[in-house]
Amino acid sequence: MSKQRINWYKYAAPANFYPLAGKLIPLFAIPAAVLFIWGMYVGFFVAPPTDAQQHEYYRIIYIHVPAAWMGMFLYVLMALYAGVGWAFNARLGSMMATAIAPTGAIFTFISLVTGSLWGRPAWGVWWVWDARLTSTLILMFLYIGFISLQSSIDDVRRADRAGAVLAVVGVINVPIIYFSVQWWNSLHQGATITARSFKMAPSMRSAMFIMVGACWLYSIAVCLVRVRHIIREREQEAPWLTESPA
Amino acid sequence: MSNWGSWSEFFSMGGFGLYVWGSYGVALVLLVGEVLMLWKRKRNIARRGHPEIASGETQLNTSFQGIQ
Repeated sequence: MSKQRINWYKYAAPANFYPLAGKLIPLFAIPAAVLFIWGMYVGFFVAPPTDAQQHEYYRIIYIHVPAAWMGMFLYVLMALYAGVGWAFNARLGSMMATAIAPTGAIFTFISLVTGSLWGRPAWGVWWVWDARLTSTLILMFLYIGFISLQSSIDDVRRADRAGAVLAVVGVINVPIIYFSVQWWNSLHQGATITARSFKMAPSMRSAMFIMVGACWLYSIAVCLVRVRHIIREREQEAPWLTESPA
Repeated sequence: MSNWGSWSEFFSMGGFGLYVWGSYGVALVLLVGEVLMLWKRKRNIARRGHPEIASGETQLNTSFQGIQ
C-alpha cells in the first residue's frame, strides 16, 4: 500500500513539476473560459433588473468583487510560497511566488479600476482616501514592490529571499483590507456576504460565485504557464532540459 | 433577454453603460493582455534558448548535442 502512495516531494523539483504543470494547464484553462461565459450570462440575463436602491451599475459587482478577492487571496498565496521557498530553500516555492505576483497585481488593479467606475455613479467621486480603497492601493504597491525588488537583484536566490521578506511582512495588509469597513467609518459598503447571511438575490449570488470560480481557475492556469516560463528561463543550462534521456 | 427589451437597452444599462462596459472592458483587456504577454514570453524563450524544446515535452532532447 505504502509503495503506491504518490511521492509529492518529487514534484517539488522543477524538473518533475514542469511536465506535470504542462498537463494541468488545460484542465484549468478550459473550465475557466466556460465559467466566465456562464457567469456573465447569469449576471446579465438571469439576475433580476435593479431595485430602487441600486441602479444597473450594480452589475459591475460580478467583476469587481471576484477581482478584489483574487487580489487578496493571491497575495496570501504568494507570501506562503515565498515563505516556503525561503524557509526550506525550495526553489519551486520561490518560482511560484514570482509567477503569482503579476496575476495578483492585475486583479488588484482591476478591482481598483472597476471600483472607481462604480464609485463615480454611486458616490459621485472616482476616488476617496477611504480605509478600504487606500489599503487596496497599498496592496497594489506591495505587488509592484515585490516584482521590482525581485527584478532589480541579479542573483535569483537572493532576489527570492528579498522578495520573500517583503511578501511575508506585507501580509499584514490583507486583514487590514478585509476588516477596514468594520474598523473605520467607510464610504465603501460593508461585507454583503458573511458566514451568516447573503444579502443578495440568489441569481446575483450565483453569478458572482461562478465568476469567482472562473477567476480562480484562470489564475491557476496563468500562474502554471508563467511558472513554466520561469523554470525554463532559470534553468536554461540545467541538464534535464538539454540532455538525452537515459 | 428577459431582462432587456432590446439590444440597445442592454448596451445602455439604464444610462450607466459607460461604467458597466468600461469595467468589463478594462478587465477583458488586462486578462487577454496577460495571456498574450505570456505567449510572447514563451516565443522569446524558444528563440533565445533551445528551439527544439519550444514545441513541447514530446520533442524534448532530440537534437541537442551542445554541452560537453
